[in-house]
Amino acid sequence: MSNENDFLYILPELILVVGALIALLIAGYSGKKSVGFVSNFAIGLMVLAGVVSYALPTDVTRVFNGLLINDNYSIFMKTLTLFGGAATLLMIKSFLQSRKLDQPEFIVLILFAIVGMMFMISSNNLLTLYLGIEMQSLSLYILAAFNRSSTKATESGLKYFILGALSSGMLLFGMSYIYGFTGSTSFDLIAEHIGAEGASMGVIFGITFLAAGLMFKISAVPFHMWTPDVYEGAPTPVTAFFATAPKVAAMAMIIRVLYSPFIEMGADWQQIIVFVALASMVLGGFAGIAQKNIKRLMAYSSIAHMGYALVGAAAYTEAGTAIQSVILYMTIYLITTLGVFACILGMKRGGDSFEKISDLAGMWRNHPLIAISLTIFMFSLTGMPPFAGFIAKYYVFSAAVNEGLWLLVVIGVLASVVGAFYYLRIIKVIYFEDSKEAFDPMSIELKIVLGFATLFTIIFTILPSSLLELAQTAAQSLN
Amino acid sequence: MSEWPILSIVTFFPLLGAALIFLLIKEDSEQSKNNIRNIALMTSGATFLISLLLWVFFDNTTADMQFVENASWLGGNINYKMGVDGISMLFVILTTFLLPFCILASWKTVQNNVKEFMIAFLVLETFLIGVFSSLDLLVFYIFFEGGLIPLYLIIGIWGGKNRVYASFKFFLFTLLGSVLMLLAIMAMYWDAGTTDIVELLKHEFPAQMQTWLWLAFFASFAVKMPMWPFHTWLPDAHVQAPTAGSVILAGLSLKMGGYGFIRFNLAMFPEASDDMQTFVFVLSAIAIVYTSLVAMMQKDMKKLIAYSSVAHMAFVTAGIFTASTVGLQGAIFQMLSHGIVSSALFLCVGVIYDRMHTREISAYGGLVHRMPYYAFIFMIFTMANVGLPGTIGFIGEVLTLAAMFQVSTWMALFATTGVILSAGYALWLYRRVIFGELEKESLRDILDMDKREKYILVPMICITIFFGFYPQPIFNVTSISVDHLIENNRHDMEDAGRLSHEPRIKTMDAAGDAAATTH
Repeated sequence: MSNENDFLYILPELILVVGALIALLIAGYSGKKSVGFVSNFAIGLMVLAGVVSYALPTDVTRVFNGLLINDNYSIFMKTLTLFGGAATLLMIKSFLQSRKLDQPEFIVLILFAIVGMMFMISSNNLLTLYLGIEMQSLSLYILAAFNRSSTKATESGLKYFILGALSSGMLLFGMSYIYGFTGSTSFDLIAEHIGAEGASMGVIFGITFLAAGLMFKISAVPFHMWTPDVYEGAPTPVTAFFATAPKVAAMAMIIRVLYSPFIEMGADWQQIIVFVALASMVLGGFAGIAQKNIKRLMAYSSIAHMGYALVGAAAYTEAGTAIQSVILYMTIYLITTLGVFACILGMKRGGDSFEKISDLAGMWRNHPLIAISLTIFMFSLTGMPPFAGFIAKYYVFSAAVNEGLWLLVVIGVLASVVGAFYYLRIIKVIYFEDSKEAFDPMSIELKIVLGFATLFTIIFTILPSSLLELAQTAAQSLN
Repeated sequence: MSEWPILSIVTFFPLLGAALIFLLIKEDSEQSKNNIRNIALMTSGATFLISLLLWVFFDNTTADMQFVENASWLGGNINYKMGVDGISMLFVILTTFLLPFCILASWKTVQNNVKEFMIAFLVLETFLIGVFSSLDLLVFYIFFEGGLIPLYLIIGIWGGKNRVYASFKFFLFTLLGSVLMLLAIMAMYWDAGTTDIVELLKHEFPAQMQTWLWLAFFASFAVKMPMWPFHTWLPDAHVQAPTAGSVILAGLSLKMGGYGFIRFNLAMFPEASDDMQTFVFVLSAIAIVYTSLVAMMQKDMKKLIAYSSVAHMAFVTAGIFTASTVGLQGAIFQMLSHGIVSSALFLCVGVIYDRMHTREISAYGGLVHRMPYYAFIFMIFTMANVGLPGTIGFIGEVLTLAAMFQVSTWMALFATTGVILSAGYALWLYRRVIFGELEKESLRDILDMDKREKYILVPMICITIFFGFYPQPIFNVTSISVDHLIENNRHDMEDAGRLSHEPRIKTMDAAGDAAATTH
């Protein structure tokens, strides 16, 4: 039975939806000149929604007849997603004028995408899950092609849409099998059915397709083909958004699906996750080497990082440790990536953006502080101590070691050495090469995000306990 | 003293200096450059003085960890724990001792980006000290691995012509070695439930697991050490690194490998160490003979010394895995002496490199006519490198040789050949650079060492000679810890039913006497 209390639990989503509609109205009446106001308004909405979702009651509650679920896990991941979204919007504010993105609808789409992500995170039913995914994806397709006059952007949007539609097909196909063989779309009832009668071949078949569809959303190999093109083709502010909040939300959804209805089938889906993680780490490591465009490089880097996060997800027997490691990994990945994109967005000379790695040459002479930050992010992404990325990698690999997944971890760490090469190459370009012209001064918003990400990456290693505990409580609530 | 977290102070004091330089000084004039250098020198000097307190308050009568600090960190029995015993304490001192000299050595040679250079060095010092003073495996790993970052930048920014290649090779080689160790650390954590080194030393790992853990740790330390055939990064890194970078590499970075072998491979996996003894001996024997021969044929002075380092480190590995008191004492002593002697040799090369900007041996000759002081000082360190009795280099060599002889005469045979070969390449290098007629036109006006250079090298001469004749202060510090380690090792072996033959150790007093009577 639904009651009015249920609305309390979707208050953050309500705030965003209503806010987005208001923003759309404003956009409709005042057009392009309202873009600055709308973006501030959207940031405010997200901060408000973040605060509200953080303040929600933490006990496990199923709302709307079990369509949605509210627990520590959903609260943490939603807050993180909102944080990522707000930070990205803050960073791209100053680009809205210059980049042919000067339409307030751009902001509205981001808001709707975020709402979709929040439903993905808290869904407790295959149907709400699918609705959430589609709401997010449809917004993202348009965002990718938002710069209509650019062939590259249109191409990337179309590519993303076609492959996305394919993955939706697989997702639905898998869901129909699961429904057919368990008799329900509710996560609770599916779990009950599998617990009672074991996993039939049909459910295994279904979960394989379901996993394939979900892996597409985090761009894990072999469903990664769209990522480099979309990252490169989309306007940089859009790429910054793609690389952060949607990844976190999709990973959160994958963990929810795997660990909530299908935990009893861990031995079955573990093989899928292990394969996907291996392939992502290896491909992400090797394919990044030859890249010249830093956005494309970040695409391969994100593929590899999704692989690392999945290493933790594969260790299902100690569910608490595994989920905690993935949450931690995604948090650190999000903040580091925000920092990197703050630097990429700052690569402007005379108002024009540059995105070749070679444009960074000798950057440390003109911008020593930004150069140090970027260096720290690169080492953190490599997984070098003493930066946050190391602790993140430590936790995911440690979970997998405990599970005894030796092939996975050994190949994983070796792939990380391969990946180290291209991160090092960026540092090499920054420090060891002769300097080029200086970039334009960074906007204050970029500096804020950059400064925060840098401090976090350094300080997390020294004072990790509070985030660790948050991740732990979040993990336990799902477990 | 126990209330003061003295180890943490020593470890992080250099960071304070780095922060000061980073925040306060802008490098815009000659004056500001000098300020930066002065702050760096004072910081590292003060760190050395503070670290001497460790030696002063060190208790020679216990094998327990001292100056222990413990603070909660990651939870789940992974804590920030620091402490030293007889094995690690002297390495901390060696680190703090060498750093001021590195900074002095770069006083004039580094003119660009002085600020970043000094910051990198001070940060590096923190990581180096941390390696030897951490008592938690994960903290150890952070320091061990984190040290790569500043060293990579030092080689890459201030290095020679081929620095990019060298810095990448150095970084990726060592990273490749250490990621496997990281996996081993995780496996140990799940087996023992802690990463506390003291607890892990008591924990007995299953025999099968020991072998794998041993191999993973070996991969890391063998690259760092470096053992043949994992040494190829070292000559490249040395040749390209600035003088101070070479000093760090040879003097300290290599010692992490040896320290790791003692603390982890030997002490934690005794059975695996026993199994792998022959394997290590074969690698060491090849390293000693092969790299000595290679060293003889080098045209570049730094490369020659780099190869000689590999040969000397092979004495250390062979000494460690004899698993005897004498061998271990010898190995520790050899590492300390090599830390001083090879650093001094690189500094000597730096002296003439600063004047002539070439390290080609053939570019020199007859320097004794223009640089008598230099000829004298270079001779002392050449002799110490060869292992002449009365220098610090002799004691480590003779002790490790004695230990090897008891375990395997073949190993001792090859190692002794290495001693002869080392005399060959070192003396030949000396002859070609220092003796002969001063024929090269470019050398006519070369100046002898200035005050700064003498300040750097004279203290090192004192140490070389002093400990060469009177090594007892060092043995006093190390002996109890070493005895304790070997004793535990034997206990574990007896428990595993491996120890059938008579113990072949001598007590340390006997070894000390042996060393003393040879003079």
